[in-house]
Formats: sequence, C-alpha cells, structure tokens
Amino acid sequence: MFILGSQLLIGAADLCAAFLFMFGLKQMSSPATAPKGIKVAGVGMVAAVAASFLYLFTVDAAARPHILVNIGLAVTALLIGGVGAWFVGRKVAMTAMPQMVAIYNGMGGGAAGSIAAVELFGGHTQGVTQLVVTLLGGCIGAVSLSGSAIAWAKLDGVLKKPLRFKGQQFVNATALLASVAVAGVILASALGVTGLLLPTATWIWIFFGCAMLFGILMTLPIGGADMPVVISIYNAFTGLAVGLEGFVLQNPALMIAGMVVGAAGLLLTVIMAKAMNRSIANVLFTNFGTVTKAKPGAIKGSERPTDASDAAIKMRYASSVIIVPGYGLAAAHAQQKLYEFVKLLLAAKVSVKFAIHPVAGRMPGQMDVLLAEAGVPYDMIFQLDDINDDFATTDVALVIGANDVVNPAARADKSSPIFGMPILNADKAKQVYVIKRGQGKGYSGIVNALFYSPNCNMVYGDAQAVLIKMIEAVRGLGAAAA
Amino acid sequence: MNFDIAMTGFVALYIFMLAAFAGWVIIGNVPAILHTPLMSGSNFVHGIVVVGGLFALFNASTVLEQAIGFFAVLLGAGNAAGGYAVTDRMLAMFKTSDAKPKTAHHHGARVHHLKKS
Repeated sequence: MFILGSQLLIGAADLCAAFLFMFGLKQMSSPATAPKGIKVAGVGMVAAVAASFLYLFTVDAAARPHILVNIGLAVTALLIGGVGAWFVGRKVAMTAMPQMVAIYNGMGGGAAGSIAAVELFGGHTQGVTQLVVTLLGGCIGAVSLSGSAIAWAKLDGVLKKPLRFKGQQFVNATALLASVAVAGVILASALGVTGLLLPTATWIWIFFGCAMLFGILMTLPIGGADMPVVISIYNAFTGLAVGLEGFVLQNPALMIAGMVVGAAGLLLTVIMAKAMNRSIANVLFTNFGTVTKAKPGAIKGSERPTDASDAAIKMRYASSVIIVPGYGLAAAHAQQKLYEFVKLLLAAKVSVKFAIHPVAGRMPGQMDVLLAEAGVPYDMIFQLDDINDDFATTDVALVIGANDVVNPAARADKSSPIFGMPILNADKAKQVYVIKRGQGKGYSGIVNALFYSPNCNMVYGDAQAVLIKMIEAVRGLGAAAA
Repeated sequence: MNFDIAMTGFVALYIFMLAAFAGWVIIGNVPAILHTPLMSGSNFVHGIVVVGGLFALFNASTVLEQAIGFFAVLLGAGNAAGGYAVTDRMLAMFKTSDAKPKTAHHHGARVHHLKKS
C-alpha cells in the first residue's frame, strides 16, 4: 500500500515536472514572459528531485543493505554539485556564457552516460531493446561529455588552435566504428556468447573509452567561429542521451525533457548552419579555411586607418548609426563602454540601432545577452532580416570586432569560401567604421573586401580602449559647446 | 523499476515522437534574441537527468556502481542548478525602453558583475 502510494507520488511529480518544463519553454517565446518561464520550470525540477527520494521505498533487494550509504552519497552529491554550480552560475561573467553552456552540456551528457554505465555494470537491463538503447544513450552521452570538454577548452582559450592532421577523418571514423563494434561485443555477451577474450566489465570500460575518444577527436579540428554549431549539436546530443536513458529507466519525464531538448538543439543547429550557408556535415567534417587559399591578391587598394575621436565626432553629427557587434566586443569586455557611447549619441538625437548576425560571437544569441547586460533595451536590437534593408539609408555603420558576417564577398565572389552566406549589408551605409585589433585577417583567413572599400575606415585597437576614446571625444565636444 | 506503467517500445516511440514535435514547435517560436538563454534553459531542462542518477545511485549495490552513481548525481545536480542560475540571471537583463521611459542615460548606475578574465 505504502509502496503503491510512493509510486503514484513519483509519477505525479514527474508528470507535473514535464508539464512545467514545456510550459516554461513556451513562455520563452517573448522576453517579457521568459523570466517567469524559467521560474516555473524550476518548480518542476524541485518537485521531481524531491519525489525521487521516494524511490528509496522500492530499491532492489541487493541494494537494501547499502541504503544508508547511498542516501548519504546522494545528498552529498546533490549538495556539492548543486550548490557549487549555483554559486558559479550566479557569479560567472556574461562574456563566459558559451563556456558555461558547453560545461552544462558536458555535465548532462556525463550524467546520462554514467546512468548507462551503472545499468551496464550492474546488469540491470532486461532484454535486447533495453540493452541497445542503454548502449546508444551511453555512447551519445560519453561523446557529449568529452566533446563538450574540448569545446569548453577552446572557448575558454585553453586550447588556442584547432588541431588538424592528415587522415584525421579516418582516425575519427575508426574510433566511432570501434565503439559500435565493442557495443556489439557487450550485446553478444549479454546474449550468452562466450569466448569474448575479455570480461564483460572490461569491454564496458573500452566502450566508454572509445566513445569519449571519438568526442575528443571530433571536436579538436573545429575552429572558433564554428562554435555556435558545435555547442548546439552537443545540446541536442545531451538531450537525446537523457531521453534514451529515460526509456531505460522507464521514466517518461526524462524521455520528454530529453527529447524536447534534443529537438531544440537540432533546430538551433540547423539555424546556425543556415546562417553560415553550410551543411552540418560540412561544419563537422571539413576543415574550414583550408579550402581556398588562392585568392588573397584579388582586392586592390589598402586599408585606411582613422582616429577614434574623428570617427566618434562623425557619428555624433550623423542622423543615423547602426552598430554591428561581433566576437571582438565580447573578447574585449566592451559592452558597457559601447552602451555608454550609444547613450551619448542618443542624447544628441542620433538614431541608433544594433544589428545582430545569427552567428555573431561564439554561440547563438551571445551578442543579444551582452547588450542586454549592458542595459541596451531589446527594442533597439534587430536581427539580420529585420534590419538589412536599413543600411542603405544609414549614415554610419560601426562594426566592432566582427569580420566574416559583414564581408561583401559572400554576396558577389563565387570563389570565396563564404560565398552564399547571408551577411549584414554594412558596406551599403554611407560611411563604415571598423574597430579591429589589428591588420591581420580574421579567424577564417579570408580577406574582407569591406575593409578596402572607399567608404570604409579602420579604427585599430582593443574595442574597449577605442570606445573609451570615442566617449571622451564626444564628451569633449559637449564641454566645448557649453 | 517497479513502475505501474511498463512501457513497450512502441509507446516509448510515440512519446519520443510527440515530444520531439512539441519541442520543435515550441522552440521554433523563440525569438533569436533569446537564443542564448534558450540554450542555457534547455541545459537546465536536461538537468532532469539528476532524477535518473538518483534512481541509479539508490539501487547501487557495489562500490563501482556507487561511485558512478555518485558521479551521475553530482553532474546532474550541477547541470540543473547551474543552468537555472545563469538562465534566470540572463533573462532578468532583457528590458524594453518603455520600462524605463526617457532614462536611457541613467542606468549606467546599475551594478554590473563584469569579471576580467
């Protein structure tokens, strides 16, 4: 009776959690309702975690003698993991958000993989279907764990350069096939086949080892600007792994939450790949930037540098300015200074808008969050399709630390590796200023035709330092007038 | 698991299919401006894996199972708590100009947690 009651309570709590997750995500369709959405989802999570302690009433006979130890372990893990991550999450800089999302993807994948490992080592799975799903979920989870760790290292700057070598695809494919083959061995051993050289437990370790190796190898060659796609893919992988392990544990809440996240990650992956005019396979399996190296001399002329204060004064007396932020803004932590400058322009009755390219930065929507952090109201922020026609009637386009997303070669030059990628038409503004660290090429190694065009001037320097100079210049004007 | 509703493979596939469609449609309506909080929010949602981790840990009967179960709960709890914390923080930042009429140049006074790294 009591056991039945506990099962009903768990079922009800999980159902409630699944509903609140969906409802919370639905609330995210507008920035106005979104803050409430995450709180609603949070209630669902607390309910599900609290109810899962009722599992203690129905533990396996074999686990019963260990129940006190297991409770202690569970509470310790919840406290360390939960409280630790909570404080880090409260404090971490907004510019570090892509790294954080990579870490959370890896953690979720690792947890799903671990569940698979417990099921496999304990021999808890029943039947071929469950075993196959356990292996599949475990493999995806392990790939997500190690791949996200590499993605984190790249985003955080621990790993500076994509690692590429000859025959890489072959090595990657071997690692993947090896884990599939080992999964086959584990399956065979479960079906009673003997003479498999090694004990099953050893094969399970090898299986997870191969999967994690594949995750590492797959992520190593991918370059910085492709990170939005990679993060989205691991988001989808982790969701999928969680969903599959949910099936193994016969828990519909995990299945639904995992699948919804899987679909979300896939959708974002597709959006990101489209915004770069590349297929997902192309991002993952080809080494971007090594394709065409032949055309650096095609552009005539030179880059014309200008002074930060001259550019600032020109913007102060313009009637309209569109700002195009890129990864350079995040790298320089310059979002606050940027908005300070924008407020001076607004005070001088200049119309200012922000134009965001879908793949600007290192993850989907990163620029929007940085601008929001600085206090920019979101009605000043426009996405590619909504603002692209406005450039032609705008006095000044200010490009900050963005490169490929404003390269007009994507429109016209068929030999360019980024040909066909939708870009922001910054070059169509009457005057363009580009704030850039130095004369070097961007990540992709592609020459940007915009920098050589007659209506463009370069302002070299760290974005934060340049913006401070711009602020001083405009303030100086005000002081002189008064 | 002695669950009342033992699921057959097909029922599971129906759940997966419907959840995937629902997810695709719901997420498709999220504006691009919210894509980062959406992603960290879905990070948080897959933190539900902690429930599976707890189930595995409670049923662990060997040291190895206990160790891996502990690891699963640790990661799952971190995933859920961290995902919630960053998403909540980010979403609180999105404001319209209507919310603060004509004071665009006054909210420089807000405290920002800008950490140099």
